[in-house]
Amino acid sequence: MNSALFPRGRLLLWGGCLALVIALPLVFKSGFMVSLLCQMGIMVVFALSYNMLLGQTGLLSFGHAVYYGLGAFITMHTLNLIGKDGSPLLVALLPLVGGLAGLLAGVVLGYVTTKKAGTTFAMISLGIGELVAACALMFPGFFGGEGGVSGNRVIGKESFLGFTWGPQVEMYGLIVVWAFLATVAMFALTQTPLGRMANAVRDNPERAEFVGYDTQRVRYLMLILSGFFAGIAGGLTALNYEIVTAETLNAHTSGVVLLMTFVGGIGFFYGPIIGAILITVMQIVIGGMTHAWLLYFGLFFLFMVLMAPGGIASVIAVQHKLWAAGLFGRMLPHYLVTALPVLVLLAGLIGLIEMGYALLAGEGVGAGDTATRIMTVELHLNTPGPWLAALATAALGLALTRWIGGRTRVAWNASLSTLHGDKT
Amino acid sequence: MEFVVMSLLNGITYGLLLFMLSSGLTLIFSMMGILNFAHASFYMLGAYFAYQISTWIGFWPGLLVAPLVVGAVGAAIERYGLRRAHRFGHVAELLFTFGLAFLVEEIVHLIWGKVAVDYRIPVELDGTLFTLFDTSFPIYKGFMMLISVGMLLALYMLLTRTRIGLIIQAALTKPDMVEALGHNVPRIFMLVFGGGTALAGLAGVIGGNAFVTEPGMAAAVGSIVFVVVVVGGLGSLGGAFVASLLIGCIQTFSVAMTLSITDVFALVGISLPEGSQVARLTITQLAPVLPYVLMVAILIFRPRGLMGARES
Repeated sequence: MNSALFPRGRLLLWGGCLALVIALPLVFKSGFMVSLLCQMGIMVVFALSYNMLLGQTGLLSFGHAVYYGLGAFITMHTLNLIGKDGSPLLVALLPLVGGLAGLLAGVVLGYVTTKKAGTTFAMISLGIGELVAACALMFPGFFGGEGGVSGNRVIGKESFLGFTWGPQVEMYGLIVVWAFLATVAMFALTQTPLGRMANAVRDNPERAEFVGYDTQRVRYLMLILSGFFAGIAGGLTALNYEIVTAETLNAHTSGVVLLMTFVGGIGFFYGPIIGAILITVMQIVIGGMTHAWLLYFGLFFLFMVLMAPGGIASVIAVQHKLWAAGLFGRMLPHYLVTALPVLVLLAGLIGLIEMGYALLAGEGVGAGDTATRIMTVELHLNTPGPWLAALATAALGLALTRWIGGRTRVAWNASLSTLHGDKT
Repeated sequence: MEFVVMSLLNGITYGLLLFMLSSGLTLIFSMMGILNFAHASFYMLGAYFAYQISTWIGFWPGLLVAPLVVGAVGAAIERYGLRRAHRFGHVAELLFTFGLAFLVEEIVHLIWGKVAVDYRIPVELDGTLFTLFDTSFPIYKGFMMLISVGMLLALYMLLTRTRIGLIIQAALTKPDMVEALGHNVPRIFMLVFGGGTALAGLAGVIGGNAFVTEPGMAAAVGSIVFVVVVVGGLGSLGGAFVASLLIGCIQTFSVAMTLSITDVFALVGISLPEGSQVARLTITQLAPVLPYVLMVAILIFRPRGLMGARES
């Protein structure tokens, strides 16, 4: 890596990404797309802040939503507090309040959690997460009980540079600015001595202590900063949805951010960005198509853990290396040939799952519905025909995947050993 | 007096149930070094399997068959999933069980729907065992105690008095040495995992109809079991036993106490200012938080837990 923080190539990449996110709402004008993009931007910040713990410091947290949720609640209360006297400029600065709330929560809770690393940290973070989530239901005055706390982000008489934050597109602009600033800041942090020490504490705490660093202090600082950025993401959520419920700080939200970050890839800075975008799109697009979305998500996650524990980013990184070594062209036909049986296998599995859902838990159509339509084909689920067809497709796909996949693996291993310079 | 005795009995019943879960979790942890996030999911599977079997052939066969099926599922998951994840390190294993918990809940949604199923106590066990101070103690609670204690004795005998138990104990601390002596350690791991999940399944069979069998039951019990394991000390069976009873009693006592925080402070002669939301909270309202408060306190003041041997 270059010694300069922002060499030309990186500046070009970041500038290109920024230009892309600004151009996106100009191309996709529908309200659905814009709110999807907003959600993505928020999740990118949240997932990146989570990776400061998991990827950079090696702290597996099961309670990261606490900082996100507290940031969201404080932002919402501040928004309601400034009320009519505010101006759009103040509203634009509110995510900072969320960030400070997350930071403060990190200062208080992090002192307890970061005393130990590893499994103990994971357990305490889970305990604190449950504690805060249970408190949220105990204090309806602050957390709004079941209904949550709502507010209105359009306040003040005059606009700020023409923005009132009323239309969703303007909110998207605000999210882009904050997300970009937060991303740059988090990246810059990885290049600082603290960021480097965090990596050392992750890889070899004992040696880090021998060099003279207090590992507990490094973990504590990283958690505080991570809480800050999670709080910013929370503040953006509060402004974006204009409602905050206790759901934002419960275990489910903590789980989702963990899944996103892991699927994206914890070993690379850009991994969580990919994960956040991919999972948000899947959540909204696939979630809108089928009731079985969570099942697919779970299967996809387990597949990633078992097959590509480095996440999507590591897969991309390996392809990049192959490309640089001129080996990608050799692998491409293998990829394409393998894709075919995998698609067959997927078609069979999806058929089985969808028919299962339609028969057992088909909510929209009424549970126990025996006739369903999948891809405009009318299926009678009380007859064995469709089931056998789906089962046969899945079995065929599995057999072909094993057969062709084995050959691809041989080619893959050959390419990798060429890449690593093995002569054998 | 009546309140104390009845709460104590209920607390011990609940605590024993918790120990059936936490003992399996502790065994798996000390052997493989992973916290099985999906442990409570096996508890849920036990309850649902028992419900399904009870609708076909009745409760009593289910009591035997459901834990065995759960154990078989657990062993298969260890063999074909966890063992593979093990190669990528502890984080991957932990995440695998985390994803598994997620998946099991979805599969339960798919097969049995999102609302509670009607899994009932069998008629033979429906009734009053004895009456104490005008409060009746149901037969089923006695039955739960019987099963739990019997199970625990069997587990204790298995671990200390049989050959396989000795090998398991040896494999807990020195897996390499045990392997060098010619034992198949991966297979022992699989058996322990299967056994631990079968215990969780049995807890589900007898707990599912005492409480409620619904898709949220895994998440509700799961975090409490984690508290138990951490409070007791990771990897300590004795600690898990003490902590299970402790948490069981804390939960049953606190649910029935209507004292508010103001009252508690008044007992020691401090009067809190009126009107604050915190001061008006009753112990009952605090009940869901108390186990976590205990856990955080333990982790701050005694990180290895009540009886834990190592601090990690």
